[in-house]
Amino acid sequence: MLMADRLIAVGIMALSAYFMWHATVLPIGWNGMTGGPGGGAFPFWLSAVMLVTAGAILIRSLRGKTAYSGNFFDLDTLRSVISVFIALVITIALIGWAGAYVALPLFILWYLKIFGKHGWVLTASLTFGTPVFLFFFFEVTLKILLPKGLTEPVFTPLYAIFF
Amino acid sequence: MDLLAHLAEGFATSLSPVNLMIVIIGVTAGLFIGAMPGLGSVNGVAIVLPLTFIVPPSSAIILLAAIYYGAMYGGAISSILLGIPGASTAVATTFDGRPMAQQGKAGLALIAAAVASFVGGTISVVLFTLFAAPLADLALAFGPAEEFALVLLAFTTFVGLGGDDVLKTIIMICLGLVLSTVGLDLISGQPRLIFFDQPGFYSGMSFLVLAIGVYGVGEILHTIETSKTAPQVTPARLTFGSLWLGIKEMNKLWRTMSFGSFIGFFVGMLPAAGATPAALMAYGLAKLMSKNPDSFGKGNIEGVAAPETANNAASTGSLLPMLTLGIPGSPTTALLLGGMVMWGLVPGPMLFIEQPDFVWGLISSLYTANLFAVLVNIALIPVFVWALRMPFTVLCAMVLVLCIVGGYAPSQKMHDVWLIAGFGAGGYLLRKADYPLAPLVLAIVLGPLMEKSFRQTLIAEQGNMMAFIERPLSATFIAISAVFFLLPLLKHFRRMTRRNGASERPAE
Repeated sequence: MLMADRLIAVGIMALSAYFMWHATVLPIGWNGMTGGPGGGAFPFWLSAVMLVTAGAILIRSLRGKTAYSGNFFDLDTLRSVISVFIALVITIALIGWAGAYVALPLFILWYLKIFGKHGWVLTASLTFGTPVFLFFFFEVTLKILLPKGLTEPVFTPLYAIFF
Repeated sequence: MDLLAHLAEGFATSLSPVNLMIVIIGVTAGLFIGAMPGLGSVNGVAIVLPLTFIVPPSSAIILLAAIYYGAMYGGAISSILLGIPGASTAVATTFDGRPMAQQGKAGLALIAAAVASFVGGTISVVLFTLFAAPLADLALAFGPAEEFALVLLAFTTFVGLGGDDVLKTIIMICLGLVLSTVGLDLISGQPRLIFFDQPGFYSGMSFLVLAIGVYGVGEILHTIETSKTAPQVTPARLTFGSLWLGIKEMNKLWRTMSFGSFIGFFVGMLPAAGATPAALMAYGLAKLMSKNPDSFGKGNIEGVAAPETANNAASTGSLLPMLTLGIPGSPTTALLLGGMVMWGLVPGPMLFIEQPDFVWGLISSLYTANLFAVLVNIALIPVFVWALRMPFTVLCAMVLVLCIVGGYAPSQKMHDVWLIAGFGAGGYLLRKADYPLAPLVLAIVLGPLMEKSFRQTLIAEQGNMMAFIERPLSATFIAISAVFFLLPLLKHFRRMTRRNGASERPAE
């Protein structure tokens, strides 16, 4: 699976170039006035090192001289990893819109019931128990308000009780 | 005698009911985290760090140190009962721990691991106490030039001793350093690297976001892949008789355990080495010195004791440079360092002068943490046997929820939660392609210090680059760094010449 090794090296090279382009906003050279390098120098030159090093990995890989071994992608496991990651992204998007107390229980429900194929008792207890715990730990004890989005009005009476 | 007075004062802090409770909670949590396959001390600390706002900063550090400690004990539990190391640091424990469990001696192996961990922990904490103050005194003479040289030295140990692909190690160090520069320029205060004009990047990229992403989300994605089949838990029965037998057996192993502790402590101090290689080295040494090395790998109790003393000693060892020099000796201590900075405690020699209560409280808490870890470990063995049957899917779901909420809590910005998801996916892919993650985390924590000390030195010396080698201490550090950096090149050339020599010979 040298392909993956190469793709990642190319990805890092692109990322380094992007960093370098961003770093040029501040002076990247020697700052004559104060002595020492300018504000953009540190990120610029380190990204340059990354670019060159990733290039070396790519060349090494193309010449077939790599120590890299291993089964990179097994389709079956990859499918479960990707589905969990997509669920995570949907959950985070949902937190901003419908609030943490809608998104997180839905995530747990999906993970335990559909992904993990667990029984209803376990699923239900964790789906309902976790938000209650989070509410008391973060909002009541630590006074850190989790995002509520649309569901904000539902919590107003609860705030009145606990604050 | 100054030392004893300090330590006594420290115990006054750490033995207060609140701190004692925190230590017990910490080691218990650490034991569970360590026992869960896939989760080690670094994952535990990354996930729990945002939740520690519940206690004051000094107690939070004691809590995290206790988790670190507990996780080192806990790693052995799944190594023995499942044959899967609970954390990478407990890999060597599987070699003899698993065969012992298969021979029906799981209880004995667990006791041996707990006792060995205790011995390793105690010896190393004593060493820690002896070395801490002198090292901090030495570090007081450090200016920015020395600080820069020391950080450079920490990174070059990864290149020279890390054992991973050198090119990939260099990339990870640079990536961590670049990510640490996001936000406002330290010297001029101008914004830089504001990607996509997102205002969230102005406040910089927190080490915590990277750590939760890589060690929380990334680790879980990795666990999903590796834990397809449910592992078989070996039953462990425990009686007072076996406890007594275990302690008696261990009494014969003093030599192995003291070697293990010393190796662990000194190897643990090096940023690139740490608990995993220390445990493997201690195992190798125990086998080498043994009268019947053939019994190793077949359930020799010495093969459990050696790595377990070493990995616990290494965790203490890695705390030493973190606390005295401000340079972490492991990814876990890098997170502790980042946490301390977040709470306004700056690690390094000044801490010993400005916050002696805190420093000695923390050091003495290591003694209590060690004691409680061994007691909780042995008392809760039946609970661990039960907990290890918990399906991975339940664990993974809960950890992911904690990652999201824990990532949101410190800054209260969804921006950080999105970054965590991104770093999770990135960390997972990089890990699959054999990129080491430890240098990345160390670099994002040490990045600001490295850049600041570098530029401060040059400003003070009007841009004279020789400033770094004109001071004896900093010159020494830079010289050692150069050796570490050139080490892989030397190895490469030697291999090349040998290969050439070998290919020429048949032609003769």
